[in-house]
Amino acid sequence: MRHTLAQISGVLRRMFASPLAAFLNILVIGIALSLPAGMYVMLQNAQGLVVQLSGSPQISLFLNMNAKAGDIETLRSQLTQNPAIARIEFIARDHALEQLKQSTGLDDVIGGLNQNPLPDAFIVYPKPGEAQTLDALRSELAKLAKVELAQLDSAWAYKLEALLKFGRMAVLILAGLLSLALIAITFNTIRLQILTQRDEIEVSKLIGATNGFISRPFLYFGATQGLLGGIMAWFIISLSLLLLNYQLKALSELYASQFVLQPLSLGDSLSLLLFSLYLGWLGAWLSVARHLSQIEPR
Amino acid sequence: MIRFNQVHKRYPGGNYALRNVSFEIAKGEMVFLIGHSGAGKSTLLKLITAIERPNLGSVLVNSQNIGVLKDRARPYLRRNLGIVFQDHKLLFDRNVFDNVMLPLQICGFDYRESHKRVRAALDKVGLLKREKSNPIELSGGEQQRLCIARAIVNRPAILLADEPTGNLDAAYAQEIMAIFKSFHQVGVTLLISTHDSSVLRDTTVRTLELKNGELQSASTIAASGGAIQAASASPGQA
Repeated sequence: MRHTLAQISGVLRRMFASPLAAFLNILVIGIALSLPAGMYVMLQNAQGLVVQLSGSPQISLFLNMNAKAGDIETLRSQLTQNPAIARIEFIARDHALEQLKQSTGLDDVIGGLNQNPLPDAFIVYPKPGEAQTLDALRSELAKLAKVELAQLDSAWAYKLEALLKFGRMAVLILAGLLSLALIAITFNTIRLQILTQRDEIEVSKLIGATNGFISRPFLYFGATQGLLGGIMAWFIISLSLLLLNYQLKALSELYASQFVLQPLSLGDSLSLLLFSLYLGWLGAWLSVARHLSQIEPR
Repeated sequence: MIRFNQVHKRYPGGNYALRNVSFEIAKGEMVFLIGHSGAGKSTLLKLITAIERPNLGSVLVNSQNIGVLKDRARPYLRRNLGIVFQDHKLLFDRNVFDNVMLPLQICGFDYRESHKRVRAALDKVGLLKREKSNPIELSGGEQQRLCIARAIVNRPAILLADEPTGNLDAAYAQEIMAIFKSFHQVGVTLLISTHDSSVLRDTTVRTLELKNGELQSASTIAASGGAIQAASASPGQA
């Protein structure tokens, strides 16, 4: 046990013997890891947004501009009798224009209009259901008399959901490629170390060291470097989120919303560190397996 | 302890380095391996340390057959051997103490006990006061003694030395020989190769002489005046 500790401290000493080279390696690993991990964080946040927004889907029915009060009443009774609908809300065209004036502050522009360009509208709140049934309901409502346009308001959320699936695949591919890069970096670092420690390896073999004993410091080095790279990636992501949230605060205040980017969860942070540690170890293992057998005492 | 049975060793594309060599070294014996350079002394030692394998014949060390030894078993064979290298093979990235510590680390020896053993080994070769020095600061003779300390710290049953006095002047060489003799007295089996038979002047020891890869008749150099007597006939003679 004490010998193992001595080996690990030897590894750290070796790492700090050339601090700049070690730091650059760790930085490269950190950046390589922070790209997919950072994109993952963004996706998680977008995912949260989608869940929030698509929670209560609604269908907007915009009526024909020439719809009379009687038509509206007929439509209202048709809608209330529909078993798939939970409740409805009527928004008269004048009221809509008033709302628009208030929420956008475009008083002057709207005041300059000859006539109200907005139609009467019903907002339909369907009973909770699948995306397909909502779509069926939307087309059914679109066929009703005097309905100009039926729009499923959460449609964009489903589109975003599909987009997120696409994004997740992109992150996966990126993570795969950069993991390979990380393994390659460690592989090469360890190769150089093995070459510079040729004498020690040769002597150790002559004295009776097993391959396991000789490999261990290199494996420790690879794992340590990977772990430090993971920590670096964590800090890069956290710092970036901090900066982004600072800017986002100003932006979301304009939209009167409270949206903040959530940082990596504890579980995700641990996964990131374990994964980077494992990749470093794997790169070192591959390198040791490849290069150690080439050094035999002569 | 060490037994060669009609051993042939040829390097790829080269001549025979060893031809039909047979001998046996009993437990606790001290044997000198002499011969001109290129006679095959180093090859013979490499066969014992399992760096090389024989092309023909068998090499038995501690009743293990080197020719069929698995790669995995090789380290454990070497742990029973202490090896003193002609070029010392010291590590200059650590101090004297840590150089001697290495074999004990490799065997996974108890940490506290290993400190005692390292000090004892350094004391034996007279380097206890230099334990914090870097080997590069030591003289040639001191480096050789350090190499011996590293070879014996593990208390191996067999000590092999390849030209241990090769680069040393006579006074240092005698010093080294005195150390080897003290190991012989406590029952260690020693095989020491040298091209310099002057170090044998004042001792009575068994010698094996190699000439162009062939073993000459086994002989003993007597203390009196270098008279050579044929010992029990070796089956390996030409």
